[in-house]
Amino acid sequence: MSASAATVTPEQLRSGLTRRKLLDQIFVVAGLAVMLGCLAILAVLFIDLVRDGAPRFGWDFLTNFASRRAEKAGILAAWVGTSLIMLVTAVCAVPVGVMAAIYLEEYAPKNWFTAVVEINVTNLAGVPSIVYGLLALGLLVHQLELGQSILAAGLTLALLILPIVIVATRESIRSVPNAIREAAYGLGATRWEVTKDHVLPYSTGGILTGMILGLSRAIGETAPIITIGALSFIAFLPDPPIKSEFPFVSFQWLHDPFTAMPIQMFNWVSRPDQAFQSNAAAAGAILLCMTLAMNGVAIFIRYRFRKKINW
Amino acid sequence: MTEAPSAVRGARPVQESPLSHESPARPSSTSGGTPRISVAVDDTRQVRALNVKAAVDNLNFYYGTHRALKNLTIPIADKQVTALIGPSGCGKSTFLRCFNRMHDLQPNTRYEGSITLHPDNLNLVGPGVDPIEVRMRIGMVFQKPNPFPKSIFENVAYGLRLRGIRNRATLAEEVEKALRGAALWDEAKDRLQDSALALSGGQMQRLCIARALATTPEILLFDEPTSALDPIATAKIEELISTLRDQVTVLIVTHNMQQAARVSDYTAFMYLGELIEFDEAAKIFTNPSKKATEDYITGRYG
Repeated sequence: MSASAATVTPEQLRSGLTRRKLLDQIFVVAGLAVMLGCLAILAVLFIDLVRDGAPRFGWDFLTNFASRRAEKAGILAAWVGTSLIMLVTAVCAVPVGVMAAIYLEEYAPKNWFTAVVEINVTNLAGVPSIVYGLLALGLLVHQLELGQSILAAGLTLALLILPIVIVATRESIRSVPNAIREAAYGLGATRWEVTKDHVLPYSTGGILTGMILGLSRAIGETAPIITIGALSFIAFLPDPPIKSEFPFVSFQWLHDPFTAMPIQMFNWVSRPDQAFQSNAAAAGAILLCMTLAMNGVAIFIRYRFRKKINW
Repeated sequence: MTEAPSAVRGARPVQESPLSHESPARPSSTSGGTPRISVAVDDTRQVRALNVKAAVDNLNFYYGTHRALKNLTIPIADKQVTALIGPSGCGKSTFLRCFNRMHDLQPNTRYEGSITLHPDNLNLVGPGVDPIEVRMRIGMVFQKPNPFPKSIFENVAYGLRLRGIRNRATLAEEVEKALRGAALWDEAKDRLQDSALALSGGQMQRLCIARALATTPEILLFDEPTSALDPIATAKIEELISTLRDQVTVLIVTHNMQQAARVSDYTAFMYLGELIEFDEAAKIFTNPSKKATEDYITGRYG
């Protein structure tokens, strides 16, 4: 056989292989270092918050309203406000986002109109949150006269996370194999039956994950709710949703003014008194815990559904 | 040859070989060189006498402007197995999917001509015919086993549930019947509530057959049902298809010539969207009348 350029001796092969494996190792080390670096930053941040806020942790901190005296101030109004806003946000953003995603994936014909809609949905995810705040201030607070209420804040954040919910839901719907749709269509199912009996149940994990990731983005948003006029000092709770007399439920709380965790933090941080800084740190640690807990739930849900369904 | 007198063969006194095409050396005349089948599909009385389940007449199919099927005319014999063979891209799967209107799920597709389903003379590809009704009457088994990620029971029951059957006893009875029909009952009866995804590939495919059988389809379409299976599972499916012909008309697309020879009563050879030859399987595989058919079945191309 004539010696072509591609002919190599086993020794050459081995030395080439050693070099290639070395590159492989270098990448592993580099990747690991970068990842650990990120985790370390998060850890340091968290530990710092906890240390600064340590003197303030306790039951009182959760059950007290804000106060002029740092050692008596608590986050009751803030965490109740945040929870209620998240509730409104989830109730508004999830059904709308999921339905929009279903329409785009399963129903929409492929034409210029849907192409424009798709591009816009993706772009919406990149709009700065302050812009949503301005929109909400003009439209929700003034035009629709919702005022500086929990409802207005919830709707604003719902608008903010709508693209996230839509994109996550579409991804999830798209991961249902077409063969499954064909199987159902082949038996004579209508589009809606295919969606409700198959596509939605099999993509629930991804949809819930998207919803929770959206909410954990919303929970930390400050700019839009400051824009619409969240109060930073509130010494009362919203009207309770459950009443002792008929009709037992009340939606008055939707129209009540509110504060939220990030607002409360922002307010404390901007005070000169050092004592308030530790309040802010403690609130920050709790907010971080809330976000991490939500992400944990998302991971758990995804794990549960992945285990049940693997294609 | 099967012992039971087949309906088609029983009708033979009328004509010598009712489903074979006219003359192999027939010059191209009316339909641009496409072989014509001697069955008079427009004469309903004669069709019934021959027990044709579906008559394809001058079927053209378009993806956008691309004409994927060209003037197909072919009778599908009742309670017999008809195999479609041909090289990749010849349109055999496209043809199969016309029978249950799967193409309607894609935009820009168009049918011309007709597929007349007997006995009620329904044109399956007619513009006024609801594809969902067609799919409820014509079952399909796909290339890759595609069970729903639900229980075995729910998989088989799905078609029945779509028909609004809610009664538990009826569902259980029909599911058992379908699973028996698909030769899966003995393996599945103790694990009906287990996920269908826990089954082996061959069992999954038989489950898909059971799912299609549960609603007693008039024609059962198989789109290369064994191409994702090992030889043992393939043998089981082939055996099953042979027994199915007692209860349902079967139309099967296959890449595997031996499979077509083993399971089919009639075979159609397609090439580039055209029907080259259609005849009894025995004739196609031993004495094809077209050179192209012979070349294909002897492995010269494809």
